Amino acid sequence: MADVAVEQHGVAAAYEPSLFGTYSKKIGMWLFLLSDSLTFGALLYAYSYGRISTPNWPTPFHSESIRNATLMTAFLLTSSLTMVLAVRASVFGKGKAVRGWLLATMACGTAFVILHGHEWSNLIAEGLTLPVFPAVPGHEASKEFANVSRTVPQFPATFFGLTGMHMLHVTLGVIYLGIVALRKKFIPILLGLWLVAWLATPSYSPFHYGAHVLLLAAIAASVIVFLKPKVYDSSDVEVAGLYWHFVDLVWMFIFPLVYLMSTRIL
Amino acid sequence: MASTDLVHAHAAPQGFIRKYIFSLDHKVIGLQYYFLALIAVFTGMFLSLLMRIHLIWPTAQLPLVGEIKPETYLGLLTMHGTIMVFFVLTTAPQSGFGNYFLPIQIGAPDMAFPVLNMLSFWTTFVAFVVLISAFFVGGGAPLHGWTGYAPLSALPNAGPGQQLGADLWITSIAIFCVASLMGALNFITTTLDLRAKGMTLMRMPLTVWAWFITAILGLLAFGVLLSAGILLLLDRNLGTSFYVPLVVVNGQVMGHRGGSPLLWQHLFWFFGHPEVYIAILPGMGVASQLISTFSRKPIFGYRAMVYALMAIGFMGFMVWGHHMFMSGMSPYSAFAFSLMTMAIGVPSAIKTFNWLGTIWGGKVRLYSPMLFAIGFVSLFVSGGLSGPFLAQPVLDIPLHDTYFVVGHFHLIMGVAAIFGIFAATYYWFPKMFGRKMNETLAKVHFFVTLLGTYAIFMPMHYLGMAGQTRRYSQFTEVAYQTKLIPLQTFMTYAAFVTIAVQLVFLFNLFWSMKKGEKASDNPWEATTLEWTTATPPPHDNFGGRTPVVNHGPYEYSVPGAARDYTMQTDPATAPVD
Ligand code: HEM
Ligand SMILES: [Cu+2]
Repeated sequence: MADVAVEQHGVAAAYEPSLFGTYSKKIGMWLFLLSDSLTFGALLYAYSYGRISTPNWPTPFHSESIRNATLMTAFLLTSSLTMVLAVRASVFGKGKAVRGWLLATMACGTAFVILHGHEWSNLIAEGLTLPVFPAVPGHEASKEFANVSRTVPQFPATFFGLTGMHMLHVTLGVIYLGIVALRKKFIPILLGLWLVAWLATPSYSPFHYGAHVLLLAAIAASVIVFLKPKVYDSSDVEVAGLYWHFVDLVWMFIFPLVYLMSTRIL
Repeated sequence: MASTDLVHAHAAPQGFIRKYIFSLDHKVIGLQYYFLALIAVFTGMFLSLLMRIHLIWPTAQLPLVGEIKPETYLGLLTMHGTIMVFFVLTTAPQSGFGNYFLPIQIGAPDMAFPVLNMLSFWTTFVAFVVLISAFFVGGGAPLHGWTGYAPLSALPNAGPGQQLGADLWITSIAIFCVASLMGALNFITTTLDLRAKGMTLMRMPLTVWAWFITAILGLLAFGVLLSAGILLLLDRNLGTSFYVPLVVVNGQVMGHRGGSPLLWQHLFWFFGHPEVYIAILPGMGVASQLISTFSRKPIFGYRAMVYALMAIGFMGFMVWGHHMFMSGMSPYSAFAFSLMTMAIGVPSAIKTFNWLGTIWGGKVRLYSPMLFAIGFVSLFVSGGLSGPFLAQPVLDIPLHDTYFVVGHFHLIMGVAAIFGIFAATYYWFPKMFGRKMNETLAKVHFFVTLLGTYAIFMPMHYLGMAGQTRRYSQFTEVAYQTKLIPLQTFMTYAAFVTIAVQLVFLFNLFWSMKKGEKASDNPWEATTLEWTTATPPPHDNFGGRTPVVNHGPYEYSVPGAARDYTMQTDPATAPVD
């Protein structure tokens, strides 16, 4: 359906029909997602490897974590819905609606990242940490989490590794959508977000340094907008949608594997 | 269908920077890759020279480096392997020639994503600079070899060079992965979407097929290496223990526990084995193209060649365990990996027989590109024969980590792929620069290099069987190995000669650009699309038109035809296939 909107005339006649009957950008995105799924596949493999080879894999997550993660999941699923609506609006050429739905998607994605960051911070304060994370001042670590970090370092390592990589993907996804929706105008917003994220986090938090990802992204985004100053059309929305749904899909693996299978109830 | 935004793509750029530095033109980008690989290969060769000298004269004082200490040797070894595998064998045949000729051979005006193409080159460049900088930091280059096995690679205090040097090494590899992914994505999309009218899949030259399948391998393999590298960086810098069990280094208990070095081996070789095919497949494509052209015969078994490429690519992902027979894997897994590995010999043999079948009875023209293509086949067979030995766990256990393996992979991957690069250089030089390379110098280059590489790498098989271990900096003090010194000395002298003759190539390359004999648009009387356009090709490759393809890629000596070659764009004759 969306393909029709981007049918390009005149050129096609000089070429063999594309093997998948669609335009290059979309094929490019599918290929990227293919390779990215192997990147995530390798991480999930590392997780399974660690989990299987460790006797007595801990299951420390309480209902509090699960409740939070469920809420995050809900935000992400909602964002997939708004993304679908954005693509649909773009097919009908409703520019305003496209922008609205894209912003809604970004809002859900941002909510996901913030909730997730909150969750990380809580867990770190509770004592689920990597050796380099500094202790959180003025907070008593819980015995259980501290014990897990000491005896099964694979647990926090795989937890932070997998969810961190996913969080990075969601963050970049929000920025990607921001550029499609607002183009140049998004860059000052991004810089603002960077400053807020950097200054609002305490220096012992991993997000204090992690925030600089936003700065790097802002620089990369400026380069991209400079090189490709064109107006984004419906194909861009559709391709961005593919990416967004993929990131959602990855979460549907991470949520059960990392969270549900490591809860106290099981 | 093509996107409009590509076809009116970019007007021919003006100004030096947009034209030669940040160019979007796939031809310029191809040459950039090629010259990067050229710098890399001479760097890598220089390092190997130092290693060979050190093996024979362990206490020699050398210019620039002084006396080579064991850790320096291991640093040289790591950098040699990494530069050669990533920045030469992956860069020149695929990214270099592929970039230049894939779009032209399918009749496209450029790659599907020109900006991405430019970014992927500059990302590769950054990766190279980061890698080389490892030489100049405190501690020097890392010691862990191109395979970067943990825990050595994961522990900063495991030795000099394992500090910042190792971080730079991993970072460089990670950047290289990203660059290769961008390139692979571009190659695949271009092949799928931008074929000129009539260029059906089964009319694509075998070079295009090889680049296409190599790109698919790259797309699937580099993502895994990227993850593996990220986890290694986490182990080194954030104190995680993905790859490190409880270990003691220099009497000191490290903070790690619970990880597994085997995890690294699995992830690395899941990438690593496809990577060896990434290095060799473009060479196979070039060999097929050249052998058909210079034998004036259609390639023997075109479809079989295509399916063999696919089979090699597919099976290449299921054999990585053959690098890990020593890891204590279950005999059942070892058996499965062994069987699968030997099965890969079948499509490889199909290709070899088809090359020979193509030459058989042809009117062979022994110009330098053809010589190198034949040299490629020779080296591929010689190196390939040791593969089925190594593929059997019983034989591999004594041979693993000896010079036998070093001999195997240098012949089949190292030098064979390099011969592919040379063949492609001599073949396409007239199209790229409008002149031919000097044929006499080329023949000298060919014969000395062929004999020289056999002289260096054949004896390695004997060394390996005699128990000479790999990656050791000194053996002159070890009693049973002293008997091997004359052979080792011979190899070093052979290396001197072989390396010296590469300077002849370098001279020929640059001299011919300026002074070589002027070439016509189709000097080899070949059939594929690059020979239908001007020399060097205009900015959009075909000067505003898009070619229409009526013939397969290898229609040589067609009975009843006026010439002994039918170009792909020649008018269709009565019964079209
Ligand atoms: C019939 C085909 C082949 C078979 C059966 C085969 C088998 C093997 C085996 C079993 C090993 C592991 C040896 C060990 O470490 O103990 C090995 C190593 C290697 N092979 Fe092959 N091989 C074949 C073709 C190739 C090709 C086509 C290439 C490259 C283009 C290649 C490149 C390598 C490299 C680079 C290594 C060594 C990696 C390292 O440890 O540094 N092989 N081969
Ligand atoms: Cu292998």
